[in-house]
Amino acid sequence: MSALVEQRAMEATAVKATGRARLKWARILRSPTAMVGLFLVGFWVVAAILAPVLPLYSPTEQDVMALADPTPSAAHWLGVDILGRDELSRLIFGARTVLVVAPLSVAVAMIVGITLGMIAGCYGGWIDAVISRLSDIILAFPVLVLYVILIANIGPSIINIVIATTIASAPGIGRITRGLVLGLKEQEYIAAARLRAESTLYIMLVELLPNCRGMLIVDACLRIGYTIITIGILGFLGLGLPPPNPDWGGMVKESTTVLNVWPLMSVLPSIAIVSLVLGFNLLADGLREAWKP
Amino acid sequence: MAIFVAKRLAMMMLTMVAASFLVFAVCEFTPGSVARKSLGPFATQEQVDFLTKKLKADDPLLVRYGRWAGVLLGIIPDPLQDPSTGLNFKDPRGAQYFGNFGYSTLNKLPVNDVIWSRLGNTAILAGLAFLLIVPLSIVFGILSGLKEGGVLDRLLSVICITFTSIPEFASGVFLVTLFVILWPVLPGTSPLDSEGGWSVPSQLVLPVAVLVIYDFGYVARMIRVSMIGVMEKPYIRTAVLKGMSTRQVVIGHALRNAMIAPFTVLLLQINFLISGVVVTELVFAYPGFGRLLLDASLFGDIATIEAATLITVAIAVTTQFVGDLGYMLLDPRIRLR
Repeated sequence: MSALVEQRAMEATAVKATGRARLKWARILRSPTAMVGLFLVGFWVVAAILAPVLPLYSPTEQDVMALADPTPSAAHWLGVDILGRDELSRLIFGARTVLVVAPLSVAVAMIVGITLGMIAGCYGGWIDAVISRLSDIILAFPVLVLYVILIANIGPSIINIVIATTIASAPGIGRITRGLVLGLKEQEYIAAARLRAESTLYIMLVELLPNCRGMLIVDACLRIGYTIITIGILGFLGLGLPPPNPDWGGMVKESTTVLNVWPLMSVLPSIAIVSLVLGFNLLADGLREAWKP
Repeated sequence: MAIFVAKRLAMMMLTMVAASFLVFAVCEFTPGSVARKSLGPFATQEQVDFLTKKLKADDPLLVRYGRWAGVLLGIIPDPLQDPSTGLNFKDPRGAQYFGNFGYSTLNKLPVNDVIWSRLGNTAILAGLAFLLIVPLSIVFGILSGLKEGGVLDRLLSVICITFTSIPEFASGVFLVTLFVILWPVLPGTSPLDSEGGWSVPSQLVLPVAVLVIYDFGYVARMIRVSMIGVMEKPYIRTAVLKGMSTRQVVIGHALRNAMIAPFTVLLLQINFLISGVVVTELVFAYPGFGRLLLDASLFGDIATIEAATLITVAIAVTTQFVGDLGYMLLDPRIRLR
């Protein structure tokens, strides 16, 4: 009898929980900022996915004849770059690179950062002290200086950008997670889980993590935006991905030499970066407003 | 209080030691040795081997780090300046003194001869940007924080988010296209000499604008959050209920309390501006600290990278420290704890 009641109660909470979750996501639809952000991000994601099937020139194919007048024409809608490669195609294929590298880097950094933050917050004591002090040291570096020193020394590649992002961002993520965990640790349901003799790992993954989710998703959106900027900056500094990959920052760098004559070549990839970063930032802002407790 | 300061100072020293060691370790991955870089690409292998031996560049990492620290603290003379290396590297300050950052293999000059004037130029740039960022972000932050979710708040928030989404090189491209190419009223390069026909102040306009555009939105957002928090406090409700005008409530009660948290954020922007100047200085060919660091990193000039790292980290930890102290002075509740 009591088992049945318990089961009913559990079903009821389950229904309530999914109902609340649906409401949570539905709230985003009513936030104009989040929708504009979602549209901008969605536009580039769709363009990047469809790139191989779209009727585009190859991003590496050179049209030497078009170099006589690299401005937009019927053949090349957005013109060509200084080597005669189709600008539109390079912009869309450039989105593929950045939309893989930035979320991948942030995902790895989130995993490392959340793990460290959870451990520091849950265990406390000397473990917390060591993790926090190490984080402080890395956070004392101006971020871009850290990136430049790391990438200039270990060389630019997707893996190295992921490593650099992880080193630069994980301490910040860890600090946020630790703060959230410290706030949640005193909650009754954590005490209940401890009384049930659940393992610390279970408490971290099942009790704490879902309750930190909202803040961490918002933070991830902001970080993806910031990482896109960083990848752009690295490209602009000449530390971007190796040449065959079209890379927005690198495209701006290549064309700044002819900025006086053909400014559009630098302006277009700049607009591409701004629109994508703006998309993620608006999305983060909309989510934060919608999910505010 | 004295214990707090002493503890923080010790922590600052430790951070700088750890940071300089980290950079030293990362520079291990750079291709090319110190000897090769000092001698140039056309030296024979024998010359390189001789200098490597002379500099003891094959010693373990920790030993070389210790030697670098010894040179910096003035305990031992700089091995690169030893006449027997045949490099003819001379520092007018002597080979052994406190604060010896060593010899730059990139500039073929003592690091101390290069870095401080560059840092001065950057300080002008960052200082001017900071002077604009503070009032601009305070006005934007306070106005949008007055009524959360209001029309003004939404409008200013979108403006701020848009500006923070424009990286420096993109705003550099936009501004140069607008004000140098389409409507030529400003110079697109800032070498800080008036030989090109543009006065030095006019050369500062665009670099400062680029820094302000990228940074002020972020600070305004922080001040907005703090302002919203204050406006929800009971004492604001009381002030409104007892019939004070909005202006009096904001100026008399909200403003000072809303500025406590952003005070730290504002100070941390000094740190952020140091990152920001790397790109801005590259765009406008500005002879500053950021470009020196970039060039040194690309070349693998360890002495300059280390000096630049120590200076940036020192600025970072000092601003953090000043921020915490100021925080304690502004907010009596923290002092009591």
